[in-house]
Amino acid sequence: MTRRWTNEDLQTAAGRGILHRRVLLQAGLGLAVASVISTETKATHEQFPKPPDTPSSPESSPEWMHTPGKPFSNYGIPSKSEDRTIRTIAANRDLPGNGVSWTPLEALEGIITPSSLHFERHHNGVPQIDPARHRLAIHGDVKTPQTFSIDSLLRYPMRSQMLVIECGGNSNAGWHEEPIQRTVGGFHGLVSCSEWTGVPLAILLDQVGVDPKANWVIAEGADAAAMNVSIPLSKLRDEAILALFQNGERIRPENGYPLRLIIPGLEGVVNVKWLRRLHITTQPAMTRNETAKYTELLPSGKARMFTLVMDAKSLITSPSPGQKMHGPNVYEIKGLAWSGRGRIAKVEVSADGGVSWADAQLQDPVLPRCFTRFRSAWNWEGKAAVLKSRATDDTGYVQPERQMLVAERGRNGYFHYNAIVAWGVDEDGAISHVYA
Amino acid sequence: MSMRKSWRHPMRGCASSAARPALMMLAVLFFQISPAIADEAPSARPEYGMAPRLGVTMQPAEIAAWDITIFPNGRGLPPGKGTPTDGRGLFQAQCERCHGVEGRGATAEELVGQPTPPTSADPSKTIGSYWPYATTIFDFIRRNKPPEHSGALSNDEIYALTAYLLAANGIIGPDVTLDAKALAGIKMPNRDGFLRIDAP
Repeated sequence: MTRRWTNEDLQTAAGRGILHRRVLLQAGLGLAVASVISTETKATHEQFPKPPDTPSSPESSPEWMHTPGKPFSNYGIPSKSEDRTIRTIAANRDLPGNGVSWTPLEALEGIITPSSLHFERHHNGVPQIDPARHRLAIHGDVKTPQTFSIDSLLRYPMRSQMLVIECGGNSNAGWHEEPIQRTVGGFHGLVSCSEWTGVPLAILLDQVGVDPKANWVIAEGADAAAMNVSIPLSKLRDEAILALFQNGERIRPENGYPLRLIIPGLEGVVNVKWLRRLHITTQPAMTRNETAKYTELLPSGKARMFTLVMDAKSLITSPSPGQKMHGPNVYEIKGLAWSGRGRIAKVEVSADGGVSWADAQLQDPVLPRCFTRFRSAWNWEGKAAVLKSRATDDTGYVQPERQMLVAERGRNGYFHYNAIVAWGVDEDGAISHVYA
Repeated sequence: MSMRKSWRHPMRGCASSAARPALMMLAVLFFQISPAIADEAPSARPEYGMAPRLGVTMQPAEIAAWDITIFPNGRGLPPGKGTPTDGRGLFQAQCERCHGVEGRGATAEELVGQPTPPTSADPSKTIGSYWPYATTIFDFIRRNKPPEHSGALSNDEIYALTAYLLAANGIIGPDVTLDAKALAGIKMPNRDGFLRIDAP
């Protein structure tokens, strides 16, 4: 039986009820910590044949315990009761293949994003590629330009790594004058985390023989936009993966099938999907997606370009806008933190808008450039509160407050918004996005 | 047990020992009949161990067919030419539906606008005010336009559309004939407006 908490259990670590992270670690002792849920789960109790001699109720003896379940399936799909856990799509109505879909971060747990819910940014739709006809060409300033078939790449040594991919334009509503009222995913969901497996690019670079004077690589996709970007060779030489697998299975078409360039820690656009060509060279091509887009205009009139590394960010996925508190109780504050520069060293949470902070518990594993799940216990007494989280990575970089970021970058940068996010909780338990 | 059967029933283990020499022989044959394979000796990289060499060498004609990169100095621009006048009609037929009359924006973004400088409170990021290189226009049109039929425009048509957009943005005069040399020679107003953050 669950033990009720005592005053001794509820050791406050920061203002308005943030509890010491020990409270979570004591959960194993049977301390109950409630979770906020967005929707009530209502069981439907259909008539079913009652076991003749046993007293029963719909909960103690549901009908699925009395008839055989469905047979095996070749490929599993989620429960139909979970059909609202989906990506939210925003696309151009004249060109439905140009747009984005957001990962529903608030509906997911742990650190891996299901492949089917990985965010998308396509410039001209998802190409339907025949892997037998797809080739990767590596040419330019190399000794022996070569093409590689997918079948041949599958025979190379591989490496797996759990990594975040975040769009450089993620969270850009944060630059708006007024706080946008959307779910966490609809605001920040252009970020996802997968295990990517493939051939270390270094092996193929060795085999083609890169000219020592080369310092740029232009990567190109096989979509109907032939999307291309220039990347400094130093950013991908040792760490990039030519990924063939995502979360254990071959990459989904919308995530880059059959081949995706994965560069740990760098913004989404350089993780080129449907990779077909790597042009090794000595200068950037100054493509549309590294000049007109994915550059951040500063108040000085100059714009940041080749802002490739994604800085540390964290957000609370629950409680969050669109959810509701269920009366005063102890709640688990939970969220995600990541940094393109390395590991998350610390996440702090606050319930008083940043006046006081307490360390959250970081759930293992804490991996570089990967989602880190953090958790904190909160004794909500039914009073107005402002929840925040603040990430620090192992380079010492601390996620900035919004006013700091805006003071430095202005409001016309559009890309690379990583400020601290604040959720306001009112006395009735309603939750909204606030600037605080 | 035949190879086929064992492939269909992976629970029973890998290909039978009898099949292995046959597979190896196939591999040997493959290497022998593929003279284009770059280098047959496996390569080693200490952290990943030995790797096969399975790349196929690209011949110059093949590289030319694959290589569509255009650089800001004009390297990669194809032959051809066009004028703003040639481009106007093409723009109306191919682009206006999404980019609006005279490129002033509709469901797709504005291409021509008030040249609000980057320092203004509401800066425009149109071609004339923001784009640092004119070659990017040609390259992006060739890759992606029109999106329903990417790659359908001729080089002359792409030069003409590029000329039309540059003229509409006040970068070139209405009578300029644009070709590879002229396009590479254009200095855009915001050429020096960028700071490289994570790049040399």
